[in-house]
Amino acid sequence: MTLPEGYAIFVSRDCETCREVEPAFRQLVDGGIAVTFVSQDDPGFPAEVTGVVDDRELALSWRLDVEATPTAVRIKDGEPGDRVVGWRRSEWEEFFGFDNLAPELPEYRPGCGSLTLLPGVPETLAAKYGGGPALGSRRIELGASEDEHEAMFARGWTDGLPVIPPSQERVIRMLAGTERSPDKMVGVLPPDYQECTVEKVAVNAVMAGCLPEYMPVLLAAVESLAAEPFNAHGVAATTWYSGPVIVVNGPVATRIRMNAEHNAFGPGNRANASIGRALNLIVRNIGGSRPGEVDRSTQGHPTKYTMAFPEREHDSPWSSLATERGVPEGKSAVTLFAGQGPTPISDQKSRSPESLALSLAAGLRVVWHPKAVGRVAALVAVAPEHARIFAGAGWDKERLRKEIIDLLTFPDTEIVAGAGGIEDGSSRPPTGALVPKFKPENLWFVHVGGGAGASSGIISGWVAGPKGSAMVTTIVDEH
Amino acid sequence: MVRTILDPTSELAPGHRPAAPRLRDLDGLIGLVDISKPRGDVFLDRFYSLMSGRGLQGLRFTKPTHTRPAPPDLRHEISTQSMAVIQALAD
Repeated sequence: MTLPEGYAIFVSRDCETCREVEPAFRQLVDGGIAVTFVSQDDPGFPAEVTGVVDDRELALSWRLDVEATPTAVRIKDGEPGDRVVGWRRSEWEEFFGFDNLAPELPEYRPGCGSLTLLPGVPETLAAKYGGGPALGSRRIELGASEDEHEAMFARGWTDGLPVIPPSQERVIRMLAGTERSPDKMVGVLPPDYQECTVEKVAVNAVMAGCLPEYMPVLLAAVESLAAEPFNAHGVAATTWYSGPVIVVNGPVATRIRMNAEHNAFGPGNRANASIGRALNLIVRNIGGSRPGEVDRSTQGHPTKYTMAFPEREHDSPWSSLATERGVPEGKSAVTLFAGQGPTPISDQKSRSPESLALSLAAGLRVVWHPKAVGRVAALVAVAPEHARIFAGAGWDKERLRKEIIDLLTFPDTEIVAGAGGIEDGSSRPPTGALVPKFKPENLWFVHVGGGAGASSGIISGWVAGPKGSAMVTTIVDEH
Repeated sequence: MVRTILDPTSELAPGHRPAAPRLRDLDGLIGLVDISKPRGDVFLDRFYSLMSGRGLQGLRFTKPTHTRPAPPDLRHEISTQSMAVIQALAD
């Protein structure tokens, strides 16, 4: 609607200031000022005033960007001009050219928050009346009798579990978690090689159950996924088990309340669960990798539902994974590893780093296959009780890496086909040369888990190196 | 209840890609693609000899590794030289 010439005053009966200054409203009307009241919650307020505009749908308040009540706006040629917000007698007297306005009222009262700004309301109004971020995604109108959850299953958008319907309101709310424009490209995702925009990340984040503040982490994860060395195409298509394992480092992990302690790999933490899930939905919906189609994993793995966790940094005796990967101190980062797990290994009696390293090495020997060497990778999730033993003896991550690589260096006679009665193995004639199972760039450690429990987890990888997938770290852009 | 939702996919054209015309016969070169998975060559060797026994012509191709997509040149070679392709996918 077009507001009449003069002034519009946006009010709400629920607002204490509006109720208190009601005598001033009436005085303006009685004084012949051309005032139209626009009420956000009750067209019977102010009392004894005719022609109050019913704005309970908040369309006018939204269009005129009202942030508080009362707000008085000058209307000229149907268009809004300058305004006064809240109650300050001197301002109102000047604005309306009205002397001695309601002298019995206090000089100043702050305005109340506009109902347009209640939590969740701006996104709804933006979706209804416009004015929010421009969304380019195709709109899917659901039939009157169509169940929205069943509709999303039927369209093949889910991982087999229910998702939150990505309404415009929810997507707009999710986009508030980043300053990046919705149409900005984050990366090109195989196997369909489609552009993934910030908006598409947000749509899938809604479905997965993310909060807006997770967006910077998720965007960094998508950037890692799209990076060539990660080889998302191969990870998606392989018959192997791997999925994207997300490690979060830096202050952002605490800020979004991720869980690095008890049950870090388990259920119960919204950020851990939904960030990993959102990335896998993006793999499916944008990349186009769906089980039984391009995704040919022989047995699959729960990692492909979700796997995201932060490193337990606040009391870690070691430098973080991100620091080892060259991220400056104080910055947050997301590291993506193609893997599956963890496979737990217990050692409750070792008190020396040498003994404990032997236990971990025994567990790591079977990564991929006991005879596999060179092109294997692992990310070892070292629990605090184990980390303390290494750190107490002065072993940092680098030392631990070196010791385990030495322990897992063996003669090539052990890995040749037929050795140990196992037909699998290398087809190269053995020379007796020593071969390390792991190259240093394929063996990583993170400090994670609760304070009690002498066990660590081995997150084994897919094929390492240029023919497989390399770990990719992306600094989180928190804007 | 939510009535309008946003498409979370890359919005590729609806998945009704018409199938390529069916072959009437097997006269012509048939590509045999080894993706470099263990024993793929054994399978294709056998296939090749069975084809030869029936007077059919096979043409061998090998991907450098099964873990990555075939290089563009190889894809071009396969698609321009073969009228159909048999690929040994999994071990």
